[in-house]
Amino acid sequence: MSAASRAEAPAFVAKTKAGRITDFVDARVGGSGILREFGRKVFPDHWSFMFGEVALYSFVILLLSGTFLTFFFDPSMAETHYDGSYLPLKNVEMSVAYSSSLDISFDIRGGLFMRQVHHWAALLFVASIGVHMLRVFFTGAFRKPREMNWVVGSVLLILAMAAGFTGYSLPDDLLSGNGLRIIDGVIKSIPVVGTYISFFLFGGEFPGAAVIGRLYMLHILLVPALILLMIVLHLFMVVVHKHTQYPGPGRNDGNVVGYPLGPVYAAKAGGFFFIVFGVIALMAAFFTINPIWNYGPYDPSPVSAGTQPDWYIGFVDGALRLMPGVIGDFHFEYVVFGYTLTLNVLLPALVPAGILFTVMFMYPWIESWITKDTREHHVLDRPRNAPTRTAIGVAGFVWYCVMWAAAGSDLIATHFHVSLNDVTYWLRALFFIGPVIAFVVAKRVALALQRKDREIALHGRETGRIVRLPHGEFIEVHAPLDEYKRYKLVGFESPAPLPAVPNDHGIVTRKEKQRAFLSKWFFEDRVAPASPAELEAAHGHHAHPAVEAGEESKSLSH
Amino acid sequence: MGNHSDGSPNHSGTVATAGQNEVEKFQDPGIPPHRLRLADTDPKAAKRAERQVAILFGASVVGTLIFLVAYFAIDLGDGTSIATIRLQNALLGVGTAFAMLGIGTGIVHWAKALMPDHEVSEERHPIRTEEDRLAAVRIVDDIVEETGIKRRPLIRNTLLGAVALAPLPAIAVFGDLGPRPDRALAHTMWAPQEGKLKRLTRDPDGTPIKASDVTIGSAFHVIPEGLNELHEGKLNEKAKAVVLLMRLDPASLNPSEGREDWSYNGIVAYSKICTHVGCPVALYEQQTHHLLCPCHQSTFDLTNECKVIFGPASRPLPQLPIAVDAEGYLVATSDFNEPVGPSYWERDEHERSIKS
Repeated sequence: MSAASRAEAPAFVAKTKAGRITDFVDARVGGSGILREFGRKVFPDHWSFMFGEVALYSFVILLLSGTFLTFFFDPSMAETHYDGSYLPLKNVEMSVAYSSSLDISFDIRGGLFMRQVHHWAALLFVASIGVHMLRVFFTGAFRKPREMNWVVGSVLLILAMAAGFTGYSLPDDLLSGNGLRIIDGVIKSIPVVGTYISFFLFGGEFPGAAVIGRLYMLHILLVPALILLMIVLHLFMVVVHKHTQYPGPGRNDGNVVGYPLGPVYAAKAGGFFFIVFGVIALMAAFFTINPIWNYGPYDPSPVSAGTQPDWYIGFVDGALRLMPGVIGDFHFEYVVFGYTLTLNVLLPALVPAGILFTVMFMYPWIESWITKDTREHHVLDRPRNAPTRTAIGVAGFVWYCVMWAAAGSDLIATHFHVSLNDVTYWLRALFFIGPVIAFVVAKRVALALQRKDREIALHGRETGRIVRLPHGEFIEVHAPLDEYKRYKLVGFESPAPLPAVPNDHGIVTRKEKQRAFLSKWFFEDRVAPASPAELEAAHGHHAHPAVEAGEESKSLSH
Repeated sequence: MGNHSDGSPNHSGTVATAGQNEVEKFQDPGIPPHRLRLADTDPKAAKRAERQVAILFGASVVGTLIFLVAYFAIDLGDGTSIATIRLQNALLGVGTAFAMLGIGTGIVHWAKALMPDHEVSEERHPIRTEEDRLAAVRIVDDIVEETGIKRRPLIRNTLLGAVALAPLPAIAVFGDLGPRPDRALAHTMWAPQEGKLKRLTRDPDGTPIKASDVTIGSAFHVIPEGLNELHEGKLNEKAKAVVLLMRLDPASLNPSEGREDWSYNGIVAYSKICTHVGCPVALYEQQTHHLLCPCHQSTFDLTNECKVIFGPASRPLPQLPIAVDAEGYLVATSDFNEPVGPSYWERDEHERSIKS
C-alpha cells in the first residue's frame, strides 16, 4: 500500500470536488491501494452465506439499541417504590433496576420499542450464529485453511450466549431472578470452590445487592468488547482465506467465482443490513417479548408455572430437568470425606454442554486426523457428499434438540395433554437413542441422495411425460442434463477408507490402528460419482426412443 | 490428488460402488454461459425496474414520516393506558420497518435487476509464499539469537518464574468481591431470638396465621415474623426462609422417629426452596399431596416427609418444626435442622454441626 505519490512525481490534479477530497485522503492514508485490493474482490454468492451476515447485522443493531437503553437504565439493586405510569405496580417495592426498566417501557417514548428491538435482535443474533455454524459444518467449510476461523466462530457463539444471559438478568424481574437463582444453584454444586464463587459473584448470599451491577458491566463492556474483537479476527480471516464456494461448473480450489464486491455484492450485502433491521423492527412492533411488567419484581418466594429461559440457554436447562436425582435407592447427591457432592446438578450442567463444545472446537482436527486430509479446501462439500460428517452433525444437532425440548417439557405436557412424567421419560430415552437413530437415518438419507444424483447424472431427469411406444409399452421420458448441471452432480470426491500404515520404524501403532478403524467407519459406505464411461454405457443401454424423445422435449421446453 | 483409494477391496455390500477406482472423470465445462435478464435486453423492463426501486425508496421516506408522527403525536404520561403504549410501539415499529425495508429491498432490487450480474472468476493466491516463510524463519532465528536467551538460561528461567507469578495479584484483588461464605447458608431467620419463638406469617403481608385458620387441604405461603421489618438483606433472608404450610389428614402423615412433634394437628411446614437448584416449590397438588417445582419438575411427597419421587432433586425438602403458641398462632419451635436450598460443598459439614 504505497500509493502515496512521491514529491518528484508529477502532481495529480483532480478535476471534480469529490475527486479532490478523495485525493486528499488517498495521499495521506493510501486509500487507493486498499480500494484496488478490495474494490473488485470477488465474493461467491449463495443464500446460505447470509446467516453470518444476519449475525453481524444483528450485532450492529444490538449495539445501536443497547446504547439507547444504557441512557435510561440504572443497574442499582437499591430498594425503591415504583412511581411510574404503570398503575398495577404503583407503590410496589422493587429494585431501581426493575423500576428503570419499567420506566423505559412505559414512560420513555420509543423505549418499549428499543427494548423489544434489543431483545429480538439478541435472540436472532444467537440463532443466526447457530445456523451459520451448522451451514459451515455441513458444507465442510471448517477444513484447512479455515480451522482457526471455526474456533473463533465457536468462541463467538459462547460469547453471544454470555451476552444474552447477562442481559436477560438485568431488568431484575421475577423471571430473570429465578434464572439467576438456578445459576446460583448450579454454581454452588461445583466442588470445593462453588460456594465461594457464588458468594463472590453475588457479593454475599443470593441475591445480594451487587449482582445486577456486575452483570451490567459484563454486558455492556467486557462481553461486547470481546465479541467485537472476535468479529474483527473472524472477518480478517475471511479476507485472508477468501470465501468458500459451492461446487459447480467452473469452480475449483484454485479460483473463486462470484460477483465483484463493488457494486453488486456490496449493494446486496449493504442492502441486506436494512432488511435485517426492518424485519427486527417488524417483530418488535407486533410480537411482545419479555413483558417484564407482567412478572413483577424479583422475589424469592413466588414463581409462575411454565417459565422458560431465553431459547439459547434452554438446552442446559433441559439437561438439568432430564437428570434424575434419584434412581431407585441410589441418590446422585452423596457425601465424600465429609463434603457434599451433588452430581444430579453438576453432571447435567457441565457434561452435555462440555461434550458439545469440546467436539465442536476440535472437530476440524478430529476429521483431518481420521481422513489424513491436509489439503486446502475452498470448494464446499454438498452435505450428501460427506455422509458420515453429515450424520455426525445431525446426531449432535438432534442431541441438542432433545435437551432443548426438555426445557419445555411442562409446556409439551400441557399442550398435548400428556403426562409430564411420561414426557420426561421419553426425552430421557431420546437423550441416549435419539442421536444414534439420527446418525443412521441421516447417513442413509445422504447415501440415498447421492445414488439419486448418480441416477440423474446417468439417465437424465424425469420429465413426467408418459409415452406409449408402438408396441404398447409405456415409458416415462427422461431428459438428459446439460453438461453444467451434470458436472454439479458428478464433480465431487469420494475417498475410500485409508488402512493403517506403519510408521518410520515399520510399526503400526495402536493410535494408527484406531485411526484406520475410524477411517473405515468414516468412508466405507460411499457412493462414487458417475464417470464418463458409465454415462456412455447408460446411453448405449438406452438406445431406444426415450432418450431421443427426451432431447426433443428439452429443446422444445427451452 | 483427491483419490485416497488404495485399491483395497471394498467392504460394504450395500452401496453402489461402480467406478470406484475410475481415474477418468468428467471434465469441468467451465462457468455456464451468462444469461441475460429481461432488464438487460428490454429498455422498458429496465425502466420499470428503475421505477420499482424508486418506489421502494419512497416507501422508506413514508416509513420515516410514520415514525416521527407516532413519536410526537402520541404522548405518554401518568395514567397512559397499555393500549396507547402498544399503539405507539406498533407505529414506531412499522415506521422503522418501512424505513429500513424500503432502503434494503430497494438496494437489493437495484443490484439484482439493474447492476451487471456477470459472474467472474478470480484466482486464489496462496496464503503465504515459500519465500516469505523462509524469510520469516530466518528473522525469528535472528531475533532469538540476538536476545541470547538460549545461551543465558538464568535470564530465561528467572523471567519465566516472574511472569508465572505476576498474575497472582490480579487474581487476589478479586478477593473482596464478596465475603467468605462461612456459615451463612446454615441458618435462617426461623431460629428463635432471645428465647422467643418466631410466628409463621403470611407472604407477603406478614400477618400471623392461627392454627384454626388452616383447614384441611389448604396451603399457605409463609414468611417468618419480622422479615418485612428488615431493612438490610431482606431478600437474602427471604430466599432462605420461605415456607409452604399445608394441612393434611393427620393419619396420612408418616413422621419418622424424632419428627413426630414437628407437625400440629396435621399441619406441616416445609422449606419452599427446592433442594435441586433453589427455585420456589410453589405448586401443591391437593389430591395427591405432591409438591411440584415448576422450574425443573422435581416432585416431593408430602405424606412421606417430602421425599423425592420424581425429577432432578436428590434430597427431601427440609421440614420446619412447628407448634402453637398461647394465643393459638403457629410458631416455629426451632430453625430448620439442616441447611435449606440447593446443595453446596460444605453442606454436610454444616448439617452435622447443626444437629450436634
